[in-house]
Amino acid sequence: MNNQKNTESERLSFWENIYLPEVVKGLGITLKQLFKPKFTRSYPEERWEPTGSYRGRPVLVEEKGQERCVACGLCSRVCPALAIEVQPGSTPREKERYPELFEINMLRCIYCGFCEEVCPEEAIVMSKDYDVVFTSQEEAILGKEELLVDIEKLRDRLEFLHEYR
Amino acid sequence: MDISSILIEAGIKIAIIVNVILVMASVEVYIERKVSAWIQNRLGPNRVGPFGMLQPIADVVKLFMKEDLVPKEANHTFHRMAPFLTLVVAVAVYAVIPYSSYISEDINVFGLFTIPIDRPIYLGIAPNINIGVLFILAMTSISVYGITLAGWASNSKYSLFGGLRSAAQMISYELAMGLSVLAVILMSGEVEGLGRLSINAIIIDQGGWFYNWNFALAPVACIIFIITAFAETNRTPFDLPEAEPELVGGFNTEYSGMKFGMFFLAEYAAMALASAFIVILFFGGWQTGIAQSVLDSIGATEGTLFLAFLQLGAFMSKLMFFIFFFVWVRWSIPRFRYDQLMYLGWKTLLPISIVNIVVMAFEYFYDVVGLTWGVLIISLIIMQMMYNNKKRDNNERAIA
Repeated sequence: MNNQKNTESERLSFWENIYLPEVVKGLGITLKQLFKPKFTRSYPEERWEPTGSYRGRPVLVEEKGQERCVACGLCSRVCPALAIEVQPGSTPREKERYPELFEINMLRCIYCGFCEEVCPEEAIVMSKDYDVVFTSQEEAILGKEELLVDIEKLRDRLEFLHEYR
Repeated sequence: MDISSILIEAGIKIAIIVNVILVMASVEVYIERKVSAWIQNRLGPNRVGPFGMLQPIADVVKLFMKEDLVPKEANHTFHRMAPFLTLVVAVAVYAVIPYSSYISEDINVFGLFTIPIDRPIYLGIAPNINIGVLFILAMTSISVYGITLAGWASNSKYSLFGGLRSAAQMISYELAMGLSVLAVILMSGEVEGLGRLSINAIIIDQGGWFYNWNFALAPVACIIFIITAFAETNRTPFDLPEAEPELVGGFNTEYSGMKFGMFFLAEYAAMALASAFIVILFFGGWQTGIAQSVLDSIGATEGTLFLAFLQLGAFMSKLMFFIFFFVWVRWSIPRFRYDQLMYLGWKTLLPISIVNIVVMAFEYFYDVVGLTWGVLIISLIIMQMMYNNKKRDNNERAIA
C-alpha cells in the first residue's frame, strides 16, 4: 500500500464503497449515544450556581446596614450605556456623602462591569443574579432598595476582586 | 349474513382505525422528539404531562391557534386542496392493512353480554381484498400529487423546487420499489380463497417460525424496499422535498397553521404506513414468529381472541420498531445530494432489483433453495476481487 491515492473513492475499501456496512456502523454509534447520560439541566428546578468571576446584575454593597457608596458618580460617568443615575446627599456620618438617589436601568445595562472596576470604595459589584426579569419598563429601573445587598452574600465576588484585580 | 351487519362491522372498524391512525401520529411525533433528543444527548420534551407525553397535543393546539396565511399570488383553490389530498391519501391506505388474523369465537364483554360471531371477523377494514398490494402502491404514489400541487400552488420558488424534487424522487424510486414488491409476490405461495396480491395471503404465507419471514428468503428485496420506503415517505436521508438548508421548508414553506399540521400529520401517517408495509412484506405482518403448534399448546388456537391479541401485539411491536428505525436513521445519516439520489435510484437500486427478480424467479421456478443468498454472497466476493484488482492497477499506474 502506498499513500499516492488521488480521490476519495480510491482510498476507500470495497466494503466502505458499497456504503451499507458503513451505514450500519453509523447507526451503531447513534444507538450508543441514545443511552449516554444527558447534558441538559432542567433549569427552573436545577439552578446553576455561578463562580465568583461571574458578572451578573450590578448591586450596591451594604455593610452594617449602610451603603458603602459615597456618590462620587464615577460609575455613572464610566457607564457606556448610560444606565446609572446618582444624586449625592450629605449625612452626619464619617463619610459625609451618600447617594440620595441611585438608579440602574436594567434595560440599558450591558453587564460590562466598568462601574465595579472604577469604583474607589468597592461599593458597586456584579452579583450572581442572572435571571433578571421585568413586566414593564418602569419596573426595570431599580432603585436603592432593590440594589442594596448584604456584604455576606457578595463574599465570592469580593474575594475574586481582591485576588485578581 | 345480511348487508346491514356487514355495514355495521365496517363502520365500527373504520371509526376505530381512523382514530388509531390519528393517535398513532401523535405517538410518533412524541417518539421522534424523544429519540432525536436522546441521540443528541438531550432530554427532550418533559414539561407537558407525565414525561412530556401530552406535548403532541399541545403542538396541535398551537397549530390550531396560528394564523392561516395564503400568499397573495397563490392559487387559492389548489393551495387549500393540497394538504387535504395528501392527508386523505395517507389515511385511505390503512383500509387494506390487517392488524391481526380473524376472530371466530363469540366475544364475551366483561361477562356482561356476549357478541355472537357467526363468520370470521378480520381485524382490518378490507385485508382480504385481492388488489391489496396494488392499492397501497397506487395510493402512496398519489400522495406525491399533494406535495407537487402544494409546491406549485404556493407561487414560491422554494416550494416549487420542493414539489418538483418530490416528483422526480418518486419516479426514480417507485421502479425499484415495485420490483422488490414483485419479488415478494413471486415467492409467496397460493393461499386458499385469496388472490395473490391480497395482503393477508402474503402474511399467511409467512407463517411458522420467524425464519420463514420473507426477509430471510429475499434479503436483497428487503434491503431495497427499506431504502425506497425512506424515499417514498420523504424521510432523511431522502428528504429532498423539504431540505431545510437549501429550500427553507420545501413544499410546505408557504403553509401555516393547521394546513401545515395536515402535511405534518400526513407525513407521520405515511411513515407508519411505510413501516407497516415493510413489516407486512418482509417481517411477517401479524405473524408472531412462533410456530402454530407451540401456540396451540398455550391455548392460542386459530380464531380465538387470545391469538388475535397476540398477533395484534406482534404487529404493533414490529411496527413501533420500524417507526423507531425511521427516526434512528434520520439522526444518523446526512441527506443525499440531488445527483447522488438520482445515481442511487437509477444506476444502483434499479439494476440490482432487476437482477434480484431474475434470480428469484429462477429460485422459485426450479425450486433451488437459497439461490438468492448464494448469488448475493458470490457476487459480493467477485465484486470485491474486481474492485481490489482495479485498485491495484490504478496504484501501479500511479507509481509508474
